[in-house]
Amino acid sequence: MSETKSPAKKTAAKKTAAAAAAAAKTEKAAAVDAVVADDAVVATTASPTPAPVRLDVRKTYKLYIGGAFPRSESGRSYQVAAADGTFLANAALASRKDARDAVTKARGAFSGWSGATAYLRGQILYRIAEMLEGRREQFVAEVRAVEGLSARQAEAQVDAAIDRWVWYAGWTDKIGQIRSSANPVSGPYWNVSSPEPTGVVALFAPERPALLGLVSVLAPAIAVGNTAVLVAQDSAALPAIALAEVLATSDLPGGVVNILTGKAAELGKPLAEHLDVDALDLAGIADTEFATSLEQAAAENLKRVLRPSSAPTDWNDAPGTTRLTAFLETKTVWHPVGA
Amino acid sequence: MGIFDYAPAPESRAIVDIRPSYGLFIGGEFVPATGGTFKSVNPANEEVLAEIGEASAEDVDRAVAAARLAYDGVWSRMPGGERAKYLFRIARIIQERARELAVLESIDNGKPIRETRDVDVPLVAAHFFHYAGWADKLEFAGYGSNPRSLGVAAQVIPWNFPLLMLAWKIAPALACGNTVVLKPAETTPLTALLFAEICQQAELPAGVVNIVTGAGETGAALIAHPGVDKVAFTGSTAVGRAIARTVAGSRKKLTLELGGKAANIVFDDAPIDQAVEGIIDSIFFNQGQVCCAGSRLLVQESIQDELLDALRRRMGTLRLGDPLDKNTDIGAINSAEQLARITELTAAGEAEGAERWSPPCELPAQGFWFAPTIFTNVSATHRIAREEIFGPVLSVLTFRTPDEAIAKANNTPYGLSAGVWTEKGSRILSMAKRLRAGVVWANTFNKFDPTSPFGGYKESGYGREGGLHGLEGYLDV
Repeated sequence: MSETKSPAKKTAAKKTAAAAAAAAKTEKAAAVDAVVADDAVVATTASPTPAPVRLDVRKTYKLYIGGAFPRSESGRSYQVAAADGTFLANAALASRKDARDAVTKARGAFSGWSGATAYLRGQILYRIAEMLEGRREQFVAEVRAVEGLSARQAEAQVDAAIDRWVWYAGWTDKIGQIRSSANPVSGPYWNVSSPEPTGVVALFAPERPALLGLVSVLAPAIAVGNTAVLVAQDSAALPAIALAEVLATSDLPGGVVNILTGKAAELGKPLAEHLDVDALDLAGIADTEFATSLEQAAAENLKRVLRPSSAPTDWNDAPGTTRLTAFLETKTVWHPVGA
Repeated sequence: MGIFDYAPAPESRAIVDIRPSYGLFIGGEFVPATGGTFKSVNPANEEVLAEIGEASAEDVDRAVAAARLAYDGVWSRMPGGERAKYLFRIARIIQERARELAVLESIDNGKPIRETRDVDVPLVAAHFFHYAGWADKLEFAGYGSNPRSLGVAAQVIPWNFPLLMLAWKIAPALACGNTVVLKPAETTPLTALLFAEICQQAELPAGVVNIVTGAGETGAALIAHPGVDKVAFTGSTAVGRAIARTVAGSRKKLTLELGGKAANIVFDDAPIDQAVEGIIDSIFFNQGQVCCAGSRLLVQESIQDELLDALRRRMGTLRLGDPLDKNTDIGAINSAEQLARITELTAAGEAEGAERWSPPCELPAQGFWFAPTIFTNVSATHRIAREEIFGPVLSVLTFRTPDEAIAKANNTPYGLSAGVWTEKGSRILSMAKRLRAGVVWANTFNKFDPTSPFGGYKESGYGREGGLHGLEGYLDV
C-alpha cells in the first residue's frame, strides 16, 4: 500500500519503539546513534554496522475491536516515527469498515457494561490502573519515543494517566448519587431522577499528550457505563494500542472499548454519521472547520456532541465532572403513592 | 337525556380582551413588526382572532439587541434574590389572571378549558414559582460556588402547550440570570403576548423578556443570530435536527425537546380500569398533540380482548366539541395543517392493513376536528407504529413476554417517554430500567411537575427541563 513504502533511509534504526526507548533509559546513546545512523547512510553502507548480538522481537501494532486485535480489514498501515523522525512502527490504518465493525462491537457490549454494577465497573477501572502501573516503564519509553519527551516528562505523563484511571474508578458508584434527585412533586407520586449512560460514544482523542489525552477522554466515558470507539490519531496510535493490551488484561469485557488508529480525517465522517453512535467527543479535532462538519453530520440522529474546547486544554488539570456528565441521560420515573 | 348527556356549560369568553392586532414585544414595549402580518385563528370555529406581526430578521436583530442590553445593563448584575422576586411576582400574577389565561389558551389553541384551567395554567404558575426560588440558590445546585449565566437565550416553542412551554423556557432562563427572546408558534401566539403584558405588570426590566411572533423564518433568524448564547427548542425532530446543524460549530449551548412515539405497556396483572383511564389520558389528553403521548399501546396478548373492550367502552363516553365547554374531553385539532397530517397518517394506517375504530362521534361542521381513534392489528413496520402522529390516534400492538415488550418499546429512534402498567413492583423497576426513555410513568401517565426533569433519549433530543436538572441548560457549566 502506498502508506507503507519503506524508506531505506530510516531502517537504520533497528530498534522497535518500546525497545528503543527502553534502551534509552540504560543506554542514553541509543537515540543519538539512530540519528547519527540516519544522517550517515552513506557512511554505514561503506562500513557495515555489525549485526546485533540479539535481534529485537518487534511488536505488531494492530487495532483493538471487540476484545480482539485484528489488522485493518483494508490491509493498510502507516509509519509512525519518533519525534526525531526515527521509524518506530507500522500502525494499522483503520478504514471506515473497521469503524463500522467497532461500532457493532460497542453496541453489542453496551447492555452488559451499562447493566454491570457500578462497583464492578469501578473495580475494573481500578484494575486498568494496576495493569498500567505494572507496565509503567514500557509506557514511559513509548510516550518518550513518540513525543520526544525527557524521561521526567514522560514519567509525569504516565503517572498522571494511571492516577486518572484511579480517579475515575472511584467515580463509578458516586456519579449516580450526585446526579440523582428525589423530586418533591405536587401530588401523591413517588418521583425519582437518575442518570443512565447515553450509549455508544465515538471519541476522538487528542494526539498530545499521547497517553494522558486518550485516557482523559476514554476513562470518564466508560466509567459511567457507555461503550466507546476511540480514534487514536497518527503517532498516538502506539500508546493507544499498548493501552489496549492493558485493557484486554483488566477484565474489561470485549467491545466496551474499541480502538482505531489512523486519521480522524478519514474516520471522522463515518463515525459522526453512524446512526448507531449516540454521542461524539471532538476533543482531538483541532481543525475547527472539520469539527463543525462533524457536529453537523452528528445532527442527523441528534448525537450528543462534546465540542473541542475553544481554549487550549491542559490535560494535566484536575478533570472535574464535565466529561462524566457529558454522556449521561437523565431518566425520571413516576409512580402513584397509595395504599 | 341519556345518563351521559349534559347540557352545554360553556365558560364565558368575556374575561378575555383580544385586540384586533398585535405587534412584537421588544425592550419592554409593543412595537410594530416589519415583516408583515399573519392571522391567528380559533381552531374550533376558524374565526380570525387577531392580526399578528411577523418579525423580520431586522426585528429579530432588535430583539436580540434589547435582550443583550438588558443582560449587560441590568439582569446579569442583579442579585439573585431580586431576580427571584420578579419571578415570584410573575407567578402570582399568573395565578391572579389564571382564568383569563385559561380561556385565551383554549380559544387560541383549541384545547378543552378543563385542561387549560386544571393543567396548563396551574403548571405555568408553579413553574415560575419553582424557578423563582432557584435564582438566589444557584450555588447550591452542584455547579460550583458561582455558576454563571450564559447571556441571551433564543427560545422557540410549539403550539401544543403554548403557555406551559413558554414557562418551561423563560422561568429557568431568567432564574439563572439570562435574558430571552422567545418565539411562540405562529398558530398560538396570543397567550405569549398576554404574558408580555404580565411582564409589564410585574415591572420586569425592559428587554429581559422579548417576544417575537412569526413562523419558521423568524425562528430560523433567531436561532442563527450571532448575538445569541443559548438556543432552546421544543418541537419536531425534523426541525430540531436542522437547528442542531445550524448551531454546530458555534459556542451556543443547545437544548432540544423533540418528538416521541412512546410505548404504553400493559401487563396482564394490571388493574384494568386504572389502565384504561391511563390509556385515555396517555393518548387523548390535548387531542394527542403531546410529544410524550403514549401513542403505541403494547398490551399483553392474554388480556388484549378484555382491555380493548373496556377501552372502546370508555372511548364511547368521551365528549368532543366546544373547547370552552367545561364538559368537553376532546377539543379541536390546532390547525388545518395538523389535521391534514393526522388524516394522512391514519389513511396510511388503513391502507397498510391495520383495523381502524372510532366511537360514534359527531364532528362540528366548522373548525378542525378528529374523532378519537384506535388501530388494532398494527405491525411494528406500519407507519402508524413508527411515525409521530400527534393526534388522538392510538396504535395497538401486542406482546407475550417482558423481553418482547422491551424490544418493541425500544424499537424506535425516539426516547421521550414510556408507560408501564403492572401490579408487580419488581417488574416495574426492571421495565423502568430497561426502557430507553427520559420519563417513565408507572401505573400513571402524562403527569408533569416543575420539580420533575423532562426530556428525551436518542432522537427525542437532549437536555432536561424542570427542577434542579433544568438549570444546567441555562448555566455556563
